Amino acid sequence: MSITAGERTRFGRLGDSITRPDGGAKVQGTFAFSSDLGADNALWGATLRSPHPYARIVSIDVSPAYRISGVEAIITAEDVPGELTYGLISQDQPVFASEFVRFVGEPIAAVAADHPETCRRALEAIIVVYEVLEPLTDPERAIDGSHPPIHPDGNVIRHQRIVCGDVDATGAVVVEGNYEIGMQDQAFLGLEAALATPDPGGAGIDLHVATQWLHEDQKQIAACLGLPVDSIRLTLGGVGGAFGAREDISLQVHTCLLALRTGRPVRIHYSRAESFLGHVHRHPARIWMRHHATADGRIVKVEARMVFDGGAYASTSSAVLINGITHTQGPYKCANAIVDGYAVRTNNLPCGAMRGFGVVQACFAHESQMDKLAVACGIDPIELRLLNAMEIGDKLITGQIIENVAPVARCIRETAALPLPDEPVGGHDGNVMRLPGGAGRTADSGHIRRGIGFAVSIKNLMYSEGFDDYSTARCRLADGIATLKFATSEVGQGFVTIAGQIARSVLGVDDVVLDPIDTGVGSAGSTSASRQTWMSGGAVNAACHKVRGLMFDAVASSHGLDASDLSIEGADIVDSVGVFRISVAEATAGLAFDETVEYRHTPTEDLDENGQGNCHTAFAFVAHRAVVDVDPELGLVKVIQIATAQDVGRALNPLSVRGQIEGGIAQGLGLAVMEEIIMTNGRVRNASFTDYLLPTFLDMPDVVISLIEEPDPIAPLGAKGVGEPPTISSTPAIVAAIRDAIGRPIDRVPVRPTDIVALV
Amino acid sequence: MSDQLAAATVVGLDEHYRLHVNGTDHDVRDAWVGESLLYVLRERLGLTGSKGACEQGECGSCSVLVDGELVCSCLVMAASAIGQPILTIEGIAPVGSPSDVQQAFVDAGAVQCGFCTPGLIMATHNLLERSPDPDVVEIREELSGNVCRCTGYGRIIDAVQRVSIARRAEAAE
Repeated sequence: MSITAGERTRFGRLGDSITRPDGGAKVQGTFAFSSDLGADNALWGATLRSPHPYARIVSIDVSPAYRISGVEAIITAEDVPGELTYGLISQDQPVFASEFVRFVGEPIAAVAADHPETCRRALEAIIVVYEVLEPLTDPERAIDGSHPPIHPDGNVIRHQRIVCGDVDATGAVVVEGNYEIGMQDQAFLGLEAALATPDPGGAGIDLHVATQWLHEDQKQIAACLGLPVDSIRLTLGGVGGAFGAREDISLQVHTCLLALRTGRPVRIHYSRAESFLGHVHRHPARIWMRHHATADGRIVKVEARMVFDGGAYASTSSAVLINGITHTQGPYKCANAIVDGYAVRTNNLPCGAMRGFGVVQACFAHESQMDKLAVACGIDPIELRLLNAMEIGDKLITGQIIENVAPVARCIRETAALPLPDEPVGGHDGNVMRLPGGAGRTADSGHIRRGIGFAVSIKNLMYSEGFDDYSTARCRLADGIATLKFATSEVGQGFVTIAGQIARSVLGVDDVVLDPIDTGVGSAGSTSASRQTWMSGGAVNAACHKVRGLMFDAVASSHGLDASDLSIEGADIVDSVGVFRISVAEATAGLAFDETVEYRHTPTEDLDENGQGNCHTAFAFVAHRAVVDVDPELGLVKVIQIATAQDVGRALNPLSVRGQIEGGIAQGLGLAVMEEIIMTNGRVRNASFTDYLLPTFLDMPDVVISLIEEPDPIAPLGAKGVGEPPTISSTPAIVAAIRDAIGRPIDRVPVRPTDIVALV
Repeated sequence: MSDQLAAATVVGLDEHYRLHVNGTDHDVRDAWVGESLLYVLRERLGLTGSKGACEQGECGSCSVLVDGELVCSCLVMAASAIGQPILTIEGIAPVGSPSDVQQAFVDAGAVQCGFCTPGLIMATHNLLERSPDPDVVEIREELSGNVCRCTGYGRIIDAVQRVSIARRAEAAE
């Protein structure tokens, strides 16, 4: 895919709400998603998965499947030539299970055949004999040691404490609670899909795949295939959403193995049911939290115990845990803390990255606590939050100092000042579609109660704990046209849009061409952790500046000027006196400049045994206010409005920022009132869009937004990532509004009808 | 499974029929009778603009018009659409000349990952033909069969309203 943003106007610089360069192709159906890619002579691949949460594999007999016409290859663990396991942080997950299966849906074998239906029949024909074992599904049993290890690495993936200040400190007011967060699915619409095309002779392979991090996939695939990294060439297949679920390996290795085995292109497409089993989810968590405060509401100490259920394999659980516990205090001053956190292994579905990454869980607990504290102190919930709002120079419970920008109080005040909906229950027109439950299931509007809730959050940006976090970009400028090359996964967030804006702003060009996104340039790191605007934006910005420096040198030398006097004005190069002026197109005619840059953020540190250390690099803040209507007899909720003021640093593309905020809130709303993967004894009960409910047009309210632009001096463009914060405190704000409406405590999400009517 | 049974389960790729898609007749040859309209459009006719995302008719990503009716093509057997006009996203407007709805989606920021977009374009065209001036509640109700995971729907509603207003203005001229 090559995208040309060709408008001949000065529009399209940083700060402009320009439209997506891939928008035209996407609305006309010509944009190539990974599932749209085919090849001559291609086979279909499919994966045999465990029906049991925990079992010993006694035997696997693939021979009956080979007798089905059209089946070309069947592979199991015995056919993996390189490393038998993979993983983002620790390589503990088998390519194919061989001795044990540890979750429902774990891959055991894969087939390649001429038709998806042939694949399905082949999978049915494979005979696996299991010795079914008692699954470990209660995270507490992973901690207390009462269940034998289900994996050689043990049942505790990571345990980390934070001990800060005076652990014996107490306050006049003490509030506590036990909170539960359900397992949420990213539910991107574009199902997992890949196309692998082997080199003749099998020395290498081309893989088109929808992923968040091409180079990490490349590294893990190469290790499992036993091939040099450079022989695995990845190209980003169009990505139909990600939200964390494409950070781990799913079908990448299987597709490559089948292609190498058959010598033919192989496509694997997951079904929706398979997708629920085939990627990691948001960790379900149980959190106990206790706040000590002065009688007038100042937080003295926070205590917490957090347990994140990582499921069968580690994925990013250890990093999710650290995000959770290091955000225990929320965006509030807190001098003393004692926090105990566990990420554990169970026979539930593996969990890993999802938008918000551990902070969603912590925020639901600390914001529920703030409301309890407000009641206990007799203070308005917004005033209590303002009283404790973090400021620049404050110390986190990890000992890290908040530097540069911390507009917490401003987020709270601006959110509170946004207009409330003027509509009465049911709207001015009395349309029943405006009531909870819509037309079909609602009591009369006289029974509906309205509630308002508030929540605030802090979110770390980029990777933490000493990770060498960088992004690479290449910029070429010739004849007035800039060409950008990066491996940054465009998953829908719009990096391709702002990349062009950066180049136009720095170089004064109008035409920006984006090269295909592939491993033909250095790593961009992952499209996660709200990091690509900062990181890949920083890399593109730095590469463009280097090229601009070369261009200024060339212009200066050919016109007898001093390069340091030159600058860009519109589409021209001008000198500081204002006498000299030449268009960039003219200045670069017949010339070519080409620079590649790696951008790194400020280094971070590991936490010590007491959870102390500068483990994060930067933070963003946001506040949310929710207005809900609740039918207390039927347990139905309709969210009427969300208001939010978000610390974005600088809005490089306000329309794009708005899209991230509205979309992120929709996912926060989903977690608040409907989205949960329900598991019973290790088995998933709702792996479909019929049973796993997603917010629709009717569920999502209007969003009123205030952007807080205080450019961060350490951010290359002053801009912070904006993707995750909307998802984080929108959830507790909605739950607070439901509590306000019904006047009863609710300590878990998603809120179910039974939590509201209290039948259970 | 016995050898005999395995041999009996060979896929029968032997159906031949003709579909009328976007004004053109297309021959479908050597097909399995169990294929959905979505599969045939995408895999046999190369019309990959319609997307598969749930396979249960819950998300609307595969929306097409069959004989003027908006359907989820994942739920329609291809062979059952024989003899009926089928309109897909590829038939809405020539490449490079987007329809008013398509352009409004781009301009309003209604597209992020874009996977739901073709289905929503089909549903929006269908809605505005039946109801040229829908209010927000009607837009929400009518499009609620199309799930979008990226946008939170706000910009999509804006796009639909833009088209409605522009068409009204055009009609008034």
